[in-house]
Amino acid sequence: MKKAYLGVDVGSVSTNLVLLDDNGTVLTGKYLRTSGKPIATVQQGLYSIGQEMDKELEIVGAGATGSARYLIGMIIGADIIKNEITAHAVAGSNVARGVKTIIEIGGQDSKIIIMRNGVVTDFAMNTVCAAGTGSFLDQQASRLCIPIEDFGEYALKAKNPVRIAGRCAVFAESDMIHKQQLGYNSEDIIAGLCEALVRNYMNNVGKGKEILAPVLFQGGVAANQGLVTAFNKLLGMEVTVPPNYDVMGAIGAALLAKAWSAKRGQTKFKGFNIQEISFKTTSFECKGCSNACEVVQFFENGELLARWGDRCGKWEMQAV
Amino acid sequence: MKISFPHMGHSHIAFKWLVENLGHECIVPPEPSKKTLDLGVRYSPEFACIPFKMLMGTYLEVAEQGAEVILTSGGCGPCRAGYYWVMHQYLLEEMGQDLKVIAFEPPLCDIKDFWKKLRWIRKTGGVSWKHFAQVMKITWEKIKAIDDVEIYSHEIRPYEIKKGDTTRALTRALDDLDKAEKIDQIMEARNAGIRRLDEVLCDKLRNPLKIGIIGEIYVVLEPAANHYLQIMLGEMGVQTHRSIYLSGYTRESAITNGGDAIYQIARPYLDEVCIGGHGVNSIGETILYSQHGFDGVVQLAPFSCIPEIVAKSIIPSVSRDFNIPVLTLFIDEQTGKAGVQTRLEAFVDLLEMRRQSNEKATRLVV
Repeated sequence: MKKAYLGVDVGSVSTNLVLLDDNGTVLTGKYLRTSGKPIATVQQGLYSIGQEMDKELEIVGAGATGSARYLIGMIIGADIIKNEITAHAVAGSNVARGVKTIIEIGGQDSKIIIMRNGVVTDFAMNTVCAAGTGSFLDQQASRLCIPIEDFGEYALKAKNPVRIAGRCAVFAESDMIHKQQLGYNSEDIIAGLCEALVRNYMNNVGKGKEILAPVLFQGGVAANQGLVTAFNKLLGMEVTVPPNYDVMGAIGAALLAKAWSAKRGQTKFKGFNIQEISFKTTSFECKGCSNACEVVQFFENGELLARWGDRCGKWEMQAV
Repeated sequence: MKISFPHMGHSHIAFKWLVENLGHECIVPPEPSKKTLDLGVRYSPEFACIPFKMLMGTYLEVAEQGAEVILTSGGCGPCRAGYYWVMHQYLLEEMGQDLKVIAFEPPLCDIKDFWKKLRWIRKTGGVSWKHFAQVMKITWEKIKAIDDVEIYSHEIRPYEIKKGDTTRALTRALDDLDKAEKIDQIMEARNAGIRRLDEVLCDKLRNPLKIGIIGEIYVVLEPAANHYLQIMLGEMGVQTHRSIYLSGYTRESAITNGGDAIYQIARPYLDEVCIGGHGVNSIGETILYSQHGFDGVVQLAPFSCIPEIVAKSIIPSVSRDFNIPVLTLFIDEQTGKAGVQTRLEAFVDLLEMRRQSNEKATRLVV
């Protein structure tokens, strides 16, 4: 049996699953839409990976990351649960040794991670505005009736990118509509949008950070060539998009699981056939005191597995 | 008079005692909750910062319970919070609430006004100056005792084996302090509280990271405003120390109006003007935490807080010069707990990795 490691990254927009072998090479990578149903998506994704997988492989470690990491960690039986910033940093420094800056733009968040000598020294994540993230681009693409996959191509065809206000998603949108009404062509508008988003990113997330080459650009949005070009132009240096840019978070989780399994033994991974298991979460408001905590309960096949959300610890029963 | 005041951490225990012993009835402000914030946001200007909104909510909640007077603090710095009590009074009047806001300015700004307001409270309560002085003294002891047990709880928490034990022990210790009436009882309750915390089952082999917490006073002092940051970090296995405790603050800032030492320390970075609030403190304290061997610093700031924004733009160079990572968290009514948690986890990972690689480097040198 050969050893393999599973990484699952469940974000707002996409759910990514990867299998790594013992050398850290990606065996399978899956990029699925979460569509608001993290549990069902992970169940299906795992099942199909299990079907395709070489039967010689044995999962000896599993990691979870992303905004649904705690929930998913419980469902798959993850050995390690890590935040997405650390996961992306681990994955980034694994593909490109000596990387100094990682730009990551996902469905609803964007981050910058500054690394020196293989150690994270600083990071930032967008706080008040989601302009420049995947969801926003998705929306604008559908407004222009252009499939999101072709968005980048359009941007590259532009001759004179229009200047669009990128301060805030809503303003960017109305400014873009304004430019459309004035008769600018789609290519120039799209390229202008890409530049506005990069400016917004640099002003919001990248403010005050020392950006040195080599720079990695990862996350689902890195598929957009228009943004890559805009970054090159603004930073005055070449940004690299790694081969598995869209599943880097999951790769990070798998690498962390690998490091975990080197130290400790038996994995808690529940296997690929968790489709038949029914997972359910319910919540209620505790009436014990004025805090009125919202308590979440997690059930596996009708059996209460964990409770969280209360501050006093009256209800709490953490799995893991 | 039915008197209330803003909720700030555990200080209400001491202030309740103060108000009651000055011959008034105390309406203890409830811990700010979702309801408080909803109320506050509804009746506040949109671009006011979160302390304004939370206080607004608190005032409306205590008004519902029958409070007639609010005691709060003013301020004479460039930070707009010094003017908040006036705004609150206007808004309350506009809503038809019969609630009087009395704000104490720092005594050195306007000693006459300060004195006048003290006299009013004493007279309406019907107590003598002698009694008044005695009550003030005991209140001060209570504030110090409350801070003592809280500070100790943040040292103990990262070692606890069963999550939540420290917080439960702290709650019981604070209950005892609430009941203490005289100075010797307060001392006794304080020592018993420390003992309670010592009894928490601990794994002393752990080597927790140390994080200093700096920023604007309200979001630093009120756990409900900062998502119980210190408890969250403690349960992640981190020792925390905050730059502001009420006993320290009132001592250094309100009475002597100085904190000169911290201005001295921050001077190489900010020498131009007084930026108000705790902006200068944030810069100076980052330096102090670095010199005291802390692993990192978390800066807490209400969204749109000018002093902290100024500090934030200076902190990167402080952080570079003194080799200490700083994470800034802006807080407003939209900030979700999940986002704070993710950033804190990543920050703790960063500090942990840094420590490991530093240790490796020192080993190589040796």
